[in-house]
Amino acid sequence: MVNWANFISQCFNGLVLGALLALIASGLTIIYGTLGVLNLAHGAMFMLGGYAGWLAYTYTDSFIAAMVVGSLFVMLAGVVTERLIIRHFYARPPEDQLLVTFGLGIVFVELVRFFFGSLSRTTPPPAMFQGITNLGFMVYPTYRLAALGIVAIALLVLYFVLYKTRLGMIVRAGIEDSVMVDSLGIDVYKVFMLVFGIGAMAAGFAGIVNAPVVSIAPDVGEAILVQTFVVVVIGGVGSFPGAIIGGLIAGEIISITSMFNPAYSYVMLFVAMTLVLVLRPHGLLGTAGRE
Amino acid sequence: MSRILNSAWTRRQALLAGAGAAGAAMLPSMPILAWADDKPPIGTWPAGSEGDSIYVGAAVPLTGTYAVQGADELKGWELAVEHINTNHELMKAIAPKIDNGLLGKKVQLLSADSAAKPNNAVQAEQTFINQNKIVLMTGSTSSAVAVALNKFAQREKILYLAGISGSNDTTGKDCVRYGFRQGFYGEMAANAIGPVLVKNFGEKRKAAFMTPDYTYGHTTTKSVNDYLTQKAGWEMVTNQVSPLGTQDFSQYLTNIANSGAEFLINVNWGRDAVLSTQQAKQFGILPTMTLVIPYQIPFLAKEVGPDITAGVFAATDFWWTLEDKFPLAKQFVEVFQQKYGYRPEWGAENSYVSFAHWARMVTEAGSFYPPDVIKQYEKGETIPSLLGDVHYRPEDHQCVRPVVIVKGKAQSEMKNDEDFWEVLEMVAGDTVIQAPDAFGCQPGDYT
Repeated sequence: MVNWANFISQCFNGLVLGALLALIASGLTIIYGTLGVLNLAHGAMFMLGGYAGWLAYTYTDSFIAAMVVGSLFVMLAGVVTERLIIRHFYARPPEDQLLVTFGLGIVFVELVRFFFGSLSRTTPPPAMFQGITNLGFMVYPTYRLAALGIVAIALLVLYFVLYKTRLGMIVRAGIEDSVMVDSLGIDVYKVFMLVFGIGAMAAGFAGIVNAPVVSIAPDVGEAILVQTFVVVVIGGVGSFPGAIIGGLIAGEIISITSMFNPAYSYVMLFVAMTLVLVLRPHGLLGTAGRE
Repeated sequence: MSRILNSAWTRRQALLAGAGAAGAAMLPSMPILAWADDKPPIGTWPAGSEGDSIYVGAAVPLTGTYAVQGADELKGWELAVEHINTNHELMKAIAPKIDNGLLGKKVQLLSADSAAKPNNAVQAEQTFINQNKIVLMTGSTSSAVAVALNKFAQREKILYLAGISGSNDTTGKDCVRYGFRQGFYGEMAANAIGPVLVKNFGEKRKAAFMTPDYTYGHTTTKSVNDYLTQKAGWEMVTNQVSPLGTQDFSQYLTNIANSGAEFLINVNWGRDAVLSTQQAKQFGILPTMTLVIPYQIPFLAKEVGPDITAGVFAATDFWWTLEDKFPLAKQFVEVFQQKYGYRPEWGAENSYVSFAHWARMVTEAGSFYPPDVIKQYEKGETIPSLLGDVHYRPEDHQCVRPVVIVKGKAQSEMKNDEDFWEVLEMVAGDTVIQAPDAFGCQPGDYT
């Protein structure tokens, strides 16, 4: 017998989790789509965002400052990482790229552990978003509703950048065929640097938004990275709309399965991914040749 | 010649005997001597204790869900080794025969990050065995690791002291001859905190459980639920089982919010406990429901804050304010705080005491030979701990020790920034421990 109040609550949970996964996955998917690098340090970028935001909040008591400083810091970290390390791996085999990004992830995590320890750090939500909201049919944490709105705005901004600006046009063209973009006289490596920075910033921003929900620790990005890869596979590599749809599907699968048996929620997520791979090997909105 | 010819031996038999004697002389001497000895080589004995130092290997989580608690445990082992090697008065109070080491040898501690994963822990210990011939293994913080290292210890014939391990199985159905546990666990916690809950909240109440999906979670939830249902008619209205390392508990908490429960009994541990408790507050489950922590988590109160833990009942192994009652506890808290800058939680206490007990057993036995040390434990003698006298049961190698019941303090009641819990009572170990064979312990052989 389905408890409808529980069902609606779980749908909301799925929406919030899905939106967060969509934002992180969109960063991952544009990096892979454009640069061809599967960034295993993406979870660490999520974590860095959380810590940068927490530090900024600690000094300013402002959540807005935390979002701005945290995002810019992770973008800068992404750009520096791309310039110093990632760019040397564009022409190298995929396994080298996987190893170097995996190693970078470990370095970032252990650096944070070295400086801040393993204790959880909490960034409180803004005062206006604290407490619980009664929606009539259910009560729900106010900040989680706000987080849904904040992430939706961030996705809209990302959509605007990707679809309404010259940079976005180059990025999308690069996803389809980076060699052609290069031959048109566009400095594709400069674009790569920006894309890596923007992708990292998306993960970092998600890390800040998530910090009041899930207090941060150095390993916070580890689990989210796995889910994000599933989202990218479901949505289709290199597809921004695919990342959003994949994120929402993943969030709902995890949440609604939890209502019946939480132990199977991640099993069902991987079942869904397997089904997509069998029926649409390039993902729901992916295109053959991108991967 | 004639004597030979006249004897019962034929020439052929004499040749065979000669060949046999020559063959025997060519065999390596050690096995012959060893078989003749009543202590044949076993595990890393005697090679591991032939040098100036002996090595002990700790596989402890320094990353992942239990990283904070693992780091605290490691400090307890480090301090114990330092005290063994320097004849510290606290260590001498528990193990009087230490001599700036054990049996004339310095103790060296090796450690590796297990991330609370059994495979990692076993691999780390195997490396220590191969490279350093360790004479003792320790570490866990996850009972899944403790159970794996139990089996590994029995196979390799090397002693293993469980670190934090709350599962009934560690000294229950998965007990081994080579494994020992100093700390309390689910069944003891349930039988200690159960009466407190019934006394404070009455009978026939509704409880929601949050359970981590491995041996510690399942056995502890069962023990607590069995007590409350059988002794006081409580009802488990939902049991939300989550994998170790879950970050977003919203799905589980939504089920609890809609369950009609009056109590949230959170068996989650480490960072899982921190996140699930914080998020329970976000969902308004706390303080609407009453939180109970049957198996206390080191640093939980520090991480979630006293506004959440105030008024919460928990069972634990040790809390630092017991220094007011026990001189050895006071000494331990002082030296630990001096060295590490904070008051020790129960993970460090368990580490320190379990090493101190092992040092006592080795020095009393006068040998590193594992069966000798095991038999020393199995004498079941009354020995000191930081919280008074305790003893190990020969049947399952579980230390019979007190369980401490604490209640969270409000911020206004805290006398310093680590004064999170008030000790309500100390429950004697023999009143809360099950019969030695109740959980199916069959410890196996000595050799």
